[in-house]
Amino acid sequence: MLENYYPLLVILSIAVFLGFLVVALGVLFGPRRPTARKGAPYESGMVPYGEGRRRISVRYYLIAVLFILFDIEIVFFLPWAVVLRQLGVEGLIGMFLFVGVLLVGFVYVWKKGALEWE
Amino acid sequence: MTFWQDPYAAAVEWLRNLLIGWGLTVEAAQLILYLAGGIVLAGGSLALVIFLIWAERKIIGRVQDRLGPNRVGPWGIFQTFADILKIFTKEYITPNGVDRVPYNLAPVLAVAAVIMIWAVVPFTVTLYGADLSVGLIYVMAVGAIGEMGIVMAGWGSNNKFALLGAFRAVAQMVSYEIPMVIALLIPVMMAGSLSLGAITASQAVWNILIAPLAALIFFITSVAEVGRAPFDLVEAESELVAGFNIEYSGLKFGFFFVGDFLHAFTIAMLFTVFFLGGWRGPFVDQVPILGAVYFFIKTSLVYLVNILMRAALPRFRIDQMMDFNWKYLTPLSLSVLVVTALADKLTLGLSAWVRIPVFLGLNGLLFLAASVMVNRRAINRPRAEVVSRPRPLARPETAVQPETNGGVS
Repeated sequence: MLENYYPLLVILSIAVFLGFLVVALGVLFGPRRPTARKGAPYESGMVPYGEGRRRISVRYYLIAVLFILFDIEIVFFLPWAVVLRQLGVEGLIGMFLFVGVLLVGFVYVWKKGALEWE
Repeated sequence: MTFWQDPYAAAVEWLRNLLIGWGLTVEAAQLILYLAGGIVLAGGSLALVIFLIWAERKIIGRVQDRLGPNRVGPWGIFQTFADILKIFTKEYITPNGVDRVPYNLAPVLAVAAVIMIWAVVPFTVTLYGADLSVGLIYVMAVGAIGEMGIVMAGWGSNNKFALLGAFRAVAQMVSYEIPMVIALLIPVMMAGSLSLGAITASQAVWNILIAPLAALIFFITSVAEVGRAPFDLVEAESELVAGFNIEYSGLKFGFFFVGDFLHAFTIAMLFTVFFLGGWRGPFVDQVPILGAVYFFIKTSLVYLVNILMRAALPRFRIDQMMDFNWKYLTPLSLSVLVVTALADKLTLGLSAWVRIPVFLGLNGLLFLAASVMVNRRAINRPRAEVVSRPRPLARPETAVQPETNGGVS
C-alpha cells in the first residue's frame, strides 16, 4: 500500500522546488537596495513602537483547547462513518450515546460562557 | 479503450512502453512518469491561477458596475501576465528582526500545500495523482499545512499586525474545521470509504440531493477555511493594515496571492468531489475523458458562486464569525449527522425515488428548526443602543452643539 504514497512525495518535492525556484527568480531580477526605513516594521506610516511579537489574548488558547476536544471526537467519528452500513443498530445506538455525552459537554461549555468572544 | 475515449490513460501507457523500450527498468519508468505527472499537475495548477485571477477581477468588476481589466489583450486577458512580469522585477524587502526561516518558507508552503491537495483529486476514473484509502484525512491534514504557512508568516514577520492576523487565521480555521469534517462524514457514510475516488464512484445520486444541509455547511466552512470574503478577517485591511502578509513584497507576496486563489478553486473541486458527483455525468462510462469536462464545469460553477459571494457579502466581525461557527454550524452539523445516519439506516435498500424525498424533507425540517431557534435567540437578545455615549470634553463651553450643524448655515 505504501507505493500509493510515492506520487505524493514526488508532487511535494516538485511543488516545494517550484516555489523556491520562482522566489529565487525574483531575487535574480529584482533590485536590492535596503535602507533603514524599508527595514522598519510597516504600520501604515506611523512610527512603530513596542516589540513585534507581543502577548496574545487568552481567548485564542480557549478556542484551541476546544478545537482539540472536538477534533478528537471527530477522530472517533471517522471510522464509525466508514463502516456504519455494516454495523447494524448497535453501532448507531452507541454513536448516539456518544453524541449525547458530547452534547452535554458542549452545552456546559456554552453555558459557562467559553464560546463568548467578548 | 482507444485513444479518443481516454487519451490520458493511452498516453501514460504509450510513454511507459516507450521508456521501457529504451531499456529502463519498470520502476525507473514509473518514477519518470510520476515526475512528469507531478510537473504537469503543479505547472497546470499554477497556470490555472493566471486565468482565475483574470476571471475573478472581471466578474467582480461587472458586479461592481465596472469593466474590470480591459487594456492588455482582448478583454484584458493578458493583464495577469503583465502583472506577473512586473512583480518579478520588484525588490524583496526583508524587514529587520524577521525570523528568516519561517519568513521565507511561509509563501512556498502556502502554495505547496494547495498543490498537494490536487494530488489526490480524481479528475476522471483514470486521471488522478494517487487514490489514497485515507484521502479525506489527507486533504484535511494538508489543508492544515497551508494554515501553518500563515502562522509562520505572521510569527516570522516581527510585526504586531501580521501576528494579529495570523492568530485570527488560526482561530478561524481551527474552529471551522470542526463543522467541516462533521459535514464531510456524510459522503463518507454514503460511500463507506475515505478515498476520494470511492466517494465519487458511490454517487449514483449526487450527495447534494441526499444531504443539502451538509453541502451548505461544507461550502460555508470551506470558504472560511480559505479565508475569503466574507471570512477574510485574516487580511482585514481596515483593521490590520494588511494582515499576515503585510511585511512581504514582490513574488513572496504574490505567492500568498496565488495560494489564496488556488485554494479557493481547490475547495470548489473538493465540493464537486464530495457533493456534486465529481466526474460523473452522461456517457462517462463509454468515454472517461468526458469526466474531466464535467468535473471542470461543475467546479467552475461552484467557484462562480464563491466569487459572487465574495462580491456580495460584507466582512464578518470576529465575534460574529466565532458565534456563527460555535453556536450555529457546530450544533447544526452534529444534528445533520445524527439525522442522516438514522434516515440512512431506516431507508436502506429502498429506491432512490423514496430516499431522496425523505432526506430532502428531513434536511428541510432541520433547517427550519435551526432557523426558528436562531430567530428566537436573536429576538430575545438585549440590543446595544446605536447612539454614541456623551464624552468628557476638555472645554465644554466651546463644544459645538449637534443642532447648530457645526456652525454651517
